[in-house]
Amino acid sequence: MSARTPLHLAAEIGGPPHYDAGHYLRLAKLAEGGALDYVTLGDSFARPGLDALAVLARVAPATDRIGLVPTVTTTHTEPFHVSSAVASLDWVSNGRAGWHADVSTTEAEARLFGRRPAAPPAALWQEAGEVADVSARLWDSWEDDAEIRDTATGRFIDRDKLHYVDFEGSTFTVKGPAIVPRPPQGRPVTVIDAVGAPSKEAAARHADVIHIRATTPEQAAALRDELRAKASARGRDPDALRVLVALTVDLGDAESAPEPGLESGPQLAGRGTYFRGGPVDLADLIAQWHRAGAADGFHLTPITPERDLERIVNGTVALLQHRSLFRTFYPGGTLREHLGLARPASRYARAETASKEA
Amino acid sequence: MHLAAHFPGVNATTVWADPRSRSQIDFSSFVHLARTAERGKFDFFFLAEGLRLREHNGRIHDLDVVGRPESLTVLNALAAVTERLGLAATVNATFNEPYELARRLATLDHLSEGRAAWNVVTSSDAFTGENFRRGGYLDRADRYTRAAEFVATARELWDSWTPGGESRPFAHEGEQFTISGEFTVPRSPQGHPVVIQAGDSSEGREFAASAADIIFTRHGTLEAGRDFYADVKARLAAYGRQPDDLKIMPGVTVVTGDTDAEAQEHAYEIRRQQVSPQNAILAAEQLWGRDLSAYDPDGPLPEIDPVLDSGLVKGRVVYGDPFAVVARWRAIAEAKGLSLRQTVIETTTRQSFIGSPQTVAAELTAFVDERAADGFILVPHLTPGGLDDFVDRVVPLLQESGAFRSEYSGSTLRSHLGLAEPVWKG
Repeated sequence: MSARTPLHLAAEIGGPPHYDAGHYLRLAKLAEGGALDYVTLGDSFARPGLDALAVLARVAPATDRIGLVPTVTTTHTEPFHVSSAVASLDWVSNGRAGWHADVSTTEAEARLFGRRPAAPPAALWQEAGEVADVSARLWDSWEDDAEIRDTATGRFIDRDKLHYVDFEGSTFTVKGPAIVPRPPQGRPVTVIDAVGAPSKEAAARHADVIHIRATTPEQAAALRDELRAKASARGRDPDALRVLVALTVDLGDAESAPEPGLESGPQLAGRGTYFRGGPVDLADLIAQWHRAGAADGFHLTPITPERDLERIVNGTVALLQHRSLFRTFYPGGTLREHLGLARPASRYARAETASKEA
Repeated sequence: MHLAAHFPGVNATTVWADPRSRSQIDFSSFVHLARTAERGKFDFFFLAEGLRLREHNGRIHDLDVVGRPESLTVLNALAAVTERLGLAATVNATFNEPYELARRLATLDHLSEGRAAWNVVTSSDAFTGENFRRGGYLDRADRYTRAAEFVATARELWDSWTPGGESRPFAHEGEQFTISGEFTVPRSPQGHPVVIQAGDSSEGREFAASAADIIFTRHGTLEAGRDFYADVKARLAAYGRQPDDLKIMPGVTVVTGDTDAEAQEHAYEIRRQQVSPQNAILAAEQLWGRDLSAYDPDGPLPEIDPVLDSGLVKGRVVYGDPFAVVARWRAIAEAKGLSLRQTVIETTTRQSFIGSPQTVAAELTAFVDERAADGFILVPHLTPGGLDDFVDRVVPLLQESGAFRSEYSGSTLRSHLGLAEPVWKG
């Protein structure tokens, strides 16, 4: 990996639940002040908290550039609704939406719905991959120029540019086309945490951004290589994949901890390797790992968002910017542009062109 | 009087060919109409829902506006750019589960500080079901059974946290749902989001009387409105409710002009726009149940008989007795010497209130005074400026006469509607 590969930074703004928009808005604006690629907001039916996609929809009009990536679970939800909600987040944010796909593994969550029992992770992640797959197909199901408003023929749309997806997964089917026209980004960004074999497989097949866990740059680089190879083997362009190391960050009360660095001990909130130290130490670690080609960037989960996100932005990020290692403003408007990911063409438009050429 | 703004939708009312028509998808269009409604001190903003694109003769219907974003996501975003306006989402009770939907509605109520409403709709058709895990699994007769248990279950979830902010486990065991656990969202600012029921059938009225805060009905004449009003309000007592506990709000269209005559001209021009030549053929095909593409919209009505249950139309309401409707169309066409297109314009799309601002304000007020409605859900024909004239010219007259509020007195939708906070049933 070239040392000049741009660095990507993202931050989680969840934590102990808040039930008002103001809290999340302050944190998202703070992250936007640091020109971060995106914020994530975790979600689960298993613990108190508002619906994350709704919170970030509420945040969207009050922010301009920051990418918005809520966790959306696929186990007890309807794939068609999931795809519509994420596409709609992309519309209300003018192309800044992503979604972090996750599964619901517990019996307690299954009982909230009473529809199906809990299932092993392998089955749930196969389904999550299928939900990501059908969502992408639904986002493609309207070609970009399907709306024609042709007064001469009285037609609002060119229905030849709307497509049934006719998707058959292992646990569900979807006819299509989408209700929501093609979102501004074409396909909102799909993020998956690759923490076990099943989620790794789903990530390699369907994610645009993969969060990984690693305690050394070598380990991260090896994982990144593995995921890129897997994606390549599935017929994907590995350069259209961004691999971010997930770190749980404790910037503590002191500017610099006595012995800053990664700890193998507590894996707080299950969201990545635990880092303790000062903002400068974190900047040093990010710079060093990135220089070593360990990853495309970092996803930081502050253990106390109100305190640590401010220190990340005004300390760590400011220093990385000063060293010209991170952007100081957003050159683009969409999350895909921040990540250096091209806006994909609709697969159905491609198929049509190909068949005409054949 | 209560007023609501219906975002122009996926229907034949919305005129997209007008040069003033803008995107039905861009967030800026939603912002424009919501801010217009809030400037007019409206009670709420209303979004409809579709879960499968409509089809005609086996192909996607292409003559009307198609495509819309998902309503709850849009309303959460609108909560950021409005302060008092109620935010109502139509969400299907058939293709959702109570836990998730109750959570999403409670979330909107929190994020908007007490402005959320839910328009409960039901469907059972296999056509829509093809987009969902369970397919079209529900008998038509069971739709309201499910909706009623759904609403009751959602309210149990909303009541599962104490008003003091303590989470209590819930357990619901019923015909439709057997669920238990803990809800993730504390009791929301309104206690329960406002519940709207749309539909005029006897089952729909009964369901509204038992469980809804607002009934979204179809507009009729003043006389029909009074009958409906009396019928629905009389049903409330059986459920221990007062007449004021359920607001009756017909969906209506309004056309204004400087004079009544000018408004009539505008209204006719809008109907002409709504019924394009292609739309006239399509409307006839929906009625006849057969391919009429060979007919001239400016010529006479087809002389052939309609076909029953042809399956030509998917995803929308079909005529109950096409023979009777065809006979009525023929009588009108003959009496007035109308072409096919003119007959469609004549029979299907007349606006509810047409006149100068003074005339419209007086008629709306009379509807409320004579107990035909508690208010109106206004359905504009243009996106997004379709209510500009109404808010600028009719609302001030309603405010001057005292028929409508000049300022919001409270901050929640319940306070705008004069609805009491629901009693906590822990």
